[in-house]
Amino acid sequence: MEIAVISGKGGSGKSSISAAFISMLTNVVAIDCDVDASNLHLLFSPIWKNEYSFISGSYAVVNKDLCAKCGKCSRICSFHAIKTENDFPIIDEISCDGCQLCVHECPVSAIKMKKNDKSRIYIGQFKYGSMISGRLAPGEGNSGKMVNELRQLSWDMANDQQSDIIILDGPPGIGCSVISTITGVDKIVVVTEPSISGFSDLKRVITLLHHYDTSVYVIINKCSLNNEITDRIIQWCEDENVSVIATLPFSEEMVKSIVSRETIFEYNPNSEISKKLKIALTQIIN
Amino acid sequence: MIITVASGKGGTGKTLVSSNLFRVLSKKKESVALIDCDVEEPNVMNFISHHLQKEIEVKEYRPAINTDKCVFCEKCAEYCSYNAIFCEPGAHYIRVIEELCHGCTTCSWACKFEAIDPSSTKVGMVSLYTHQDKVCLAEGKMEIGNHSAVSTIKAATATFDTSKYQYIIYDSPPGTSCPFMQTALKSDYVILITEPTPFGLSDLKQTIEILNIMKKPFGIIVNRSGLGDNGVYDYISDNKYCLLAELPYNQKIAELYSKGELIVDHLPKVNSLFEKLINEISNLNFSHFDGNSCN
Repeated sequence: MEIAVISGKGGSGKSSISAAFISMLTNVVAIDCDVDASNLHLLFSPIWKNEYSFISGSYAVVNKDLCAKCGKCSRICSFHAIKTENDFPIIDEISCDGCQLCVHECPVSAIKMKKNDKSRIYIGQFKYGSMISGRLAPGEGNSGKMVNELRQLSWDMANDQQSDIIILDGPPGIGCSVISTITGVDKIVVVTEPSISGFSDLKRVITLLHHYDTSVYVIINKCSLNNEITDRIIQWCEDENVSVIATLPFSEEMVKSIVSRETIFEYNPNSEISKKLKIALTQIIN
Repeated sequence: MIITVASGKGGTGKTLVSSNLFRVLSKKKESVALIDCDVEEPNVMNFISHHLQKEIEVKEYRPAINTDKCVFCEKCAEYCSYNAIFCEPGAHYIRVIEELCHGCTTCSWACKFEAIDPSSTKVGMVSLYTHQDKVCLAEGKMEIGNHSAVSTIKAATATFDTSKYQYIIYDSPPGTSCPFMQTALKSDYVILITEPTPFGLSDLKQTIEILNIMKKPFGIIVNRSGLGDNGVYDYISDNKYCLLAELPYNQKIAELYSKGELIVDHLPKVNSLFEKLINEISNLNFSHFDGNSCN
């Protein structure tokens, strides 16, 4: 079973809550799908066993000796990634999308593609099972593709270690890496917080999830910050037929647990948050 | 001056800082505009009163294949770097897979039979708003279900004529990949928001690594100071980075924020903190980028 934890709004508690779930299980495969700001490993200090290079895409490079300075590449680039300096094309690696149009159309074949190969995928072992984490190199895009790769690896690992549970700690937002995280999983947990922003982000995530035929569970974190909005979220979820499986109070313990590099369940298994999350997890799994 | 307010980690207070910074600059009668570039989950408009002035659709190129002219040679599919064209010559079948298409137009260059017509799809919307009778707010909003935020961010950041404003503030999306880089690309200065936790520190490091590659000057604001540990502070002082301000951890701030209120309107101490921040930023001189250490 694959359980993805996402949130729309960043900082609502995805990683803390997925980490708490992980520490309630054994023989789990944990994937950190927030590949441009991965944090899960900080709480579990896994021992990394394997490191792979991940080809996130490619970018264009001009051979100045061959270039005829015709300027065609700069004119036709749909991403406005090619500027000219003294008639020579200068390719902005950040804007280059890797489409290769310039490579195909250069009349003197002066442009070649170079692979983005600095991103890394790590596989390791930790107390509760195995962990897969990705790190996109600075400037290398394509986080959705990397998430797909991490998930493929997780299926193999789950198979090898005969694990029947994969927890995916998702990225914020509703873009490509979120879509890659949730497509085809068995359960989706959406973590939100009772603020105007949290609520409006939740609405956009749930609208996205309408495209999927997957069970969705909402956890409202930091409820005591605004009881009125908490009630409005609960009401809205009821109207949308989405089940709210836990309402967690705001607690400094949550921050303290992270600072001491423990999950809230390890830090204080008897806290209200730990107890509520334990019940929530049972409900999600069954 | 274009200022991007960013953070690797989500929920550290980007929108809190950008909307309050906008407020304090407006009160000082500075000409300032604020653009919400967090197009996946925009929230600025929850904090600032506004009236809709104009909506602009953001479109991306999509190929429309004319099967009457198509000879099923597969050249377009072969040229496509994103596997967005599926062609089965034997069955005379060809289809564009919308979700994979990046709108690069390479397929139309590949086709020698004029079988690909230009078409487009809506990927987002940019809304312009007035605030106190001035057009000074914009919000990019990506279509739900779309994969890439980049086109909408590009459109949003192109909204205002830079020369007409003293300050333009971009509220950046979280993370360190394409959406963040697209936002930071045109800015003169980046304010990074972090929190004093191991998560905040780890994401701050990654963001700084990218800003150094992009050669963007930046300063750091530590939000929720007092709640957490010293890791972030040690890192900042070890590297001699510029610590612009500290926003204290305070339940009142969290409550005001949750209701969509601007904290500078309610907490005089925070207001003077933002005034100080503005002084610091307006005194910056970054005509020459020479690394990111504080003098």
